[in-house]
Amino acid sequence: MILGSINPAVLVAALMVAATPILLAAIGELIVEKAGVLNLGVEGMMIIGAVTGFIIAVNSGSPLMGFIGAALGGMALSLLFALLTQALMTNQVASGLALTLFGLGLSALIGQKYVGITPPRTPKLDLGLLSDIPFLGRAVFSHDIVVYLTIALVGAVWWFLKYSRAGMILRAVGENHDAAHGLGYHVKRVRVLAIMFGGACAGLGGAYLSLIRVPQWTEGMTVGAGWIALALVVFASWRPWRAMAGAYLFGGVVVLQLNLQAAGVRIPVEYLSMSPYLITILVLVIISSGKARGSLNAPGSLNRPFHASS
Amino acid sequence: MSFKKLLTAGVLGATLAAPVFADTTKVGFVYIGPVGDHGWTYTHDLARIALEEEFGDAIETSYVENVAYGADAERVMTQMALSGTDLIFATSFGYGPDMNTVAARFPNVAFEHATGYIQETDNVSLYNARFYEGRAVIGHIAGKMTQTNKVGYIASFPIPEVIMGINSAYLHAKAVNPDVEFNVVWAYSWYDPAQEAAAAEALIEQGADIIMQHTDSTAPLTVAQDAGIFAFGQASDMSAFAPQSHLTGILDVWAPYYIERVQAVIDGTWEAGDVWHGIVDGMVGFAPFSDTIPEDVRAEAEDMIAAIAAGEYHPFTGPINKQDGTPWLADGEVASDGDLLTMDFYVEGITSDIPN
Repeated sequence: MILGSINPAVLVAALMVAATPILLAAIGELIVEKAGVLNLGVEGMMIIGAVTGFIIAVNSGSPLMGFIGAALGGMALSLLFALLTQALMTNQVASGLALTLFGLGLSALIGQKYVGITPPRTPKLDLGLLSDIPFLGRAVFSHDIVVYLTIALVGAVWWFLKYSRAGMILRAVGENHDAAHGLGYHVKRVRVLAIMFGGACAGLGGAYLSLIRVPQWTEGMTVGAGWIALALVVFASWRPWRAMAGAYLFGGVVVLQLNLQAAGVRIPVEYLSMSPYLITILVLVIISSGKARGSLNAPGSLNRPFHASS
Repeated sequence: MSFKKLLTAGVLGATLAAPVFADTTKVGFVYIGPVGDHGWTYTHDLARIALEEEFGDAIETSYVENVAYGADAERVMTQMALSGTDLIFATSFGYGPDMNTVAARFPNVAFEHATGYIQETDNVSLYNARFYEGRAVIGHIAGKMTQTNKVGYIASFPIPEVIMGINSAYLHAKAVNPDVEFNVVWAYSWYDPAQEAAAAEALIEQGADIIMQHTDSTAPLTVAQDAGIFAFGQASDMSAFAPQSHLTGILDVWAPYYIERVQAVIDGTWEAGDVWHGIVDGMVGFAPFSDTIPEDVRAEAEDMIAAIAAGEYHPFTGPINKQDGTPWLADGEVASDGDLLTMDFYVEGITSDIPN
């Protein structure tokens, strides 16, 4: 068998952890895009979340406070994007890119004194008997609480979009903002709220890296996770559960290829480790081309500016 | 472009307008990563700070970080040269073509390129460190200290520099522990904390109880600390990140060379050179040895460091066979620098393949 000496339970456990930060960021961006806004600043919001979460966790001694701080930090940066694109009507793609650059630089600046510090650790959730189940205990029931809350969040977003009134308004705004406006919905208010939610989720994803996954603060530590989250949203055709499947698939490929290498299995790892990034590039090209939108189930008003007079 | 880079660029722009004082020597640095990486770029910046301490007001230093290869690097170096910089250090392999292009345009500016090989004009100098000497020492310690006889190695890219390091560490681990095995994982990145952490976890899962890295983040050390195993740092002293796990680490010590070269520019004696410095020149150093290293192992490691520094011992001394069993070095034969700098094979005993 190709898996050789790799323990599948460990593999599943590792991929759930590897997938969590990108899944958090992706589920936030999914809501933003469902509201018709393309925010390419996910990477910037993630890294700001990573640094603010880290600083607050270190100073308060509480990982929980760190995560709350990270959500607020990501949200604060997203408000800048909201101001630019919703109030000042700037181009969303350019503003999003600027947000990423700004976030990377700002995080390096405010995080300078925090390099080389160990943050308070987040304990693994004690699930009692569940953790003792053979295979499943090690694979699924041996994680920190954020992994489970992230899955719960995916479920909540799915329910919100599919069944809640607010979710339907959000989708209407994203599909056709003129019609939504005609019906009396506040397009900009909905979009600003969606952008804030996206920022908070990206911030949480970043904090998962700096507080649990790594756990340290170093400059530029997200290394492209935000871009992968963006691609995941498209890959998932803007559907929450598919985003989760995509994140686990991506996390799985990353973890699997590392484990195959460690186990000494002779496979062309260079292609395997390249594949997630190739898919990311491909998907980002498709999303920006515009033509493939319909077939991809993209929100109709995605990346189109809205002005009430138009 | 990062925020700090914008700031630096602004400062550089401002200095264009300022009058140039002839008695101040200006030194510029071009970095591939952030100064806060605690790895490669961080050590170059430590040396820059050491320069300022050494020369005080006689020099003025500036740096631009996160500079991409190609047009971006060419622009930054041109801007430095235009603003009266006398000596420019570019500290990554890929800057070679850009540096030579700029150097041809500014014959009166001195250029120094770390780990490069392109020298088209007589104002481009090359310098590099013999990190394989350090790898030999930590390989010896790893061979002595592993209980499971499995050493995990997180590698970056399959280039001669990295392959040389793996071979050097393996040969010296094997010399003291014939049963030792090296598991190599290629991260395909110089710096990706999450990926490096996952790689370390995968290696530990396969039974490794010592982790070595040729990547720049401190994440593998944290993973090793959590797993209760040992690890070696990279580039700078990373012991603060894993006080119990950190055994020692290879240090990149650029300050002595930088001080020598800046002094030469001040004296007007600077000439292009091509150096590959090792332990003896002080360019390759070691983080303080941990107390967990047994006394005899520490003594052996220190003897090896002394022997390499004295020129009595070369880490690649035959007999050494290539992985496929064909002879590479005969008994007593020492590898040439040219052989090392183009190394694209594993030595005998390593079981995995080098990716293409």
